[in-house]
Amino acid sequence: MKGIWIIAKRELVSFFDSLVAYVLMVVFLGMSGFFTWIYGADIFLRGQVTLEPFFGVAYWTLFFFIPLLTMRMLAEENRTGTIELLQTKSVTDWQIIFGKSFACLLLILIALVFTLPYYYTLTTLGKVDHGAIWCGYLGLILMSCVYISIGMFASSLTNNQIVAVLVSLLIGVLFLIIFDVLSSGSSGTIAEVLHYLSMNTHFDSISRGVIDTKDVLYFLLLSFAGLVFAENVLAKRNIVG
Amino acid sequence: MNIRVEGLTKTYGPQKAVDNISFEVKPGEILGFLGPNGAGKTTTMKIITCYMAPTAGKAYIGNLNVLEHQEEVKKKIGYLPENNPLYTEMHVIEYLEFIAGLQGVPQSKMRDRVIEMVRKCGLDAEKHKKIGELSKGYRQRVGLAQAMIHNPEVLILDEPTTGLDPNQIVEIRKLIKDLGREKTVILSTHILPEVEATCDRILIISNGKIVADGSPDTLRKQAQGQEVLKVTIENGEANSIIKGLQSLDSVALVDPILGKTTSFTIQSRPNASSRRAVFELCVKNHWALTEMTPLETKLEDIFRNLTMN
Repeated sequence: MKGIWIIAKRELVSFFDSLVAYVLMVVFLGMSGFFTWIYGADIFLRGQVTLEPFFGVAYWTLFFFIPLLTMRMLAEENRTGTIELLQTKSVTDWQIIFGKSFACLLLILIALVFTLPYYYTLTTLGKVDHGAIWCGYLGLILMSCVYISIGMFASSLTNNQIVAVLVSLLIGVLFLIIFDVLSSGSSGTIAEVLHYLSMNTHFDSISRGVIDTKDVLYFLLLSFAGLVFAENVLAKRNIVG
Repeated sequence: MNIRVEGLTKTYGPQKAVDNISFEVKPGEILGFLGPNGAGKTTTMKIITCYMAPTAGKAYIGNLNVLEHQEEVKKKIGYLPENNPLYTEMHVIEYLEFIAGLQGVPQSKMRDRVIEMVRKCGLDAEKHKKIGELSKGYRQRVGLAQAMIHNPEVLILDEPTTGLDPNQIVEIRKLIKDLGREKTVILSTHILPEVEATCDRILIISNGKIVADGSPDTLRKQAQGQEVLKVTIENGEANSIIKGLQSLDSVALVDPILGKTTSFTIQSRPNASSRRAVFELCVKNHWALTEMTPLETKLEDIFRNLTMN
C-alpha cells in the first residue's frame, strides 16, 4: 500500500512540475465549459436543468486526454531504462501499475472537482435531479478508469510515447464507437455481445441516473483487464526460460 | 550476507549470454567482475538483482532464492544499473527520498539517511539542483547514493566509475573499499587498474563462462608459472654468455632479446629461481651484470590471454 502511494505521489508531483496538469486542466475545463454553456446543444437550448450536455462533452474529451496522460507512464520508463531502477527496488509490479494508474485517476478527479461549479450554477437555475448528476460523475470516473487501464497497457508495450497514444486510442475507439456500429449492423448473439461491449450502452444508462450493477461491473472488469495485461507485460521478465 | 550463484544460464534466442556459471561471494569481500563487452557481466547482475529471470540455475542472497523472495531480496540489495538511469526531472534530494521510501526506510530516519548519502557521495554543492542539470560525474554519484540509501548488506554496482574524473574515481574507489569491509560487494568493470585497486577477488568471464577466479596476486602467479628475468650482461661474448647461462641447473630457457647483443630473457625451471646462479656465473667469468629485472605478468596480459578467442 505504501509503495503504491509513494509511486503515485511522485507521478502526481511530476504532472504538476512538468505543467502537464495545468495544460490538461485548462484545455479540459475550457472545452467542456464552452460546449456546456456557450456553443451547440448547450444547457440553455435544452430548457432542462440537467448536466447531460457536460457529460456528453466529457465523454469525448476524456477519451482524448487520458491517453495523453498515460502515454508517458511506462513508455518513458522503458525508453530511459528507469524501469530497471524501479523494478529492482522493493516494490511489486502490481504496486508500480496501481501507483501510476492511481496518479492519473487523481488528476482526473481534480479536474472533475473543478467542474462542480457547473453543478452549483444549475442548482441556482431550477430544481435539479441530484441523483442523476452524481451518477453522471460516477459514470465519468468509471469510464476514466477504463481509459487509464487501457492507456497503461498500451504504454507498457512500447518505449515510444506516440505509439502508446495511438495504441490506446485505437483500443479506446473500439469500445467507444466500433463495437456500437458493428452491433447495429449484425444480428443475433453477435449483436448482443457487441452491444454489451460498447461503452455507450453502459455510460448512457448511468449518466441518466440508472445505476445497474451490470454496468458498474462492465467498467470495473474492463479496467481490471487492462491492468492485468499491463502487469503481465512487466512481469514477463520473471518467466524462467 | 552471502551471494551464491549456482549453474546460472541465460539464453537470448540462440545466443548464450551466461553459460552455467557458479560462484560465491562472502561478506567483507569485494568481487570484481571482469570481462570484455558482451561477456555476460550485466546479465548476471540483472539476474541477481531480480530484474531478470535466468533460463536455468539459481541465485541466492543469504538463504533467499532471488526468484522466490523478490521483496525481501530487493530490500537487501543496493543496485547501480548499467548506464545509471535516473529521473532527470526530479531534484536530487527529492529523488533520494523517493528511492528511500520505496526501499522501506522509515520516515523518521529518512532525513538522516539522505543527508548522510549526500555527504558521503560529495553531492553537497549540487543537492538542490535537478538531476537533469547535473554533469555526468555528479549523476553517477547520485546513482551510487540511491544504491546505498537504505544501507543494504549487498551492493551490486555495474561499472560504478564510468564518467568520473580521476579525482572522483579515487574517492569513489575509496568509498567502495570502505563499504566493502562490512558488506558484500560485486562490481563490474573493464578498467583493469580499477580491479587491482579495489577488489579482493577477481572473476574473469568470457563468452558467458568463468575463465579465472582468484585474487589479483594468485591470478598473476597462475598465469606466470615460472620466473622470468630480463638480464643485461656486458664485457662478454654473446655466444659464450648464452652457453654459460644454459649450463645453469635452474635455467630452462635463454632467449636473446632482438636487436640487442647484450640482453637476454631467462626463464627458470618451475619452482626455481636462477637469480643467484646468474649473478655467480657473471662474477666467475668477470662479466658485468648491469641489469636484472624480474618480468611480472601484467593483469592486462592475463585478461588478454583468457578472453581472446
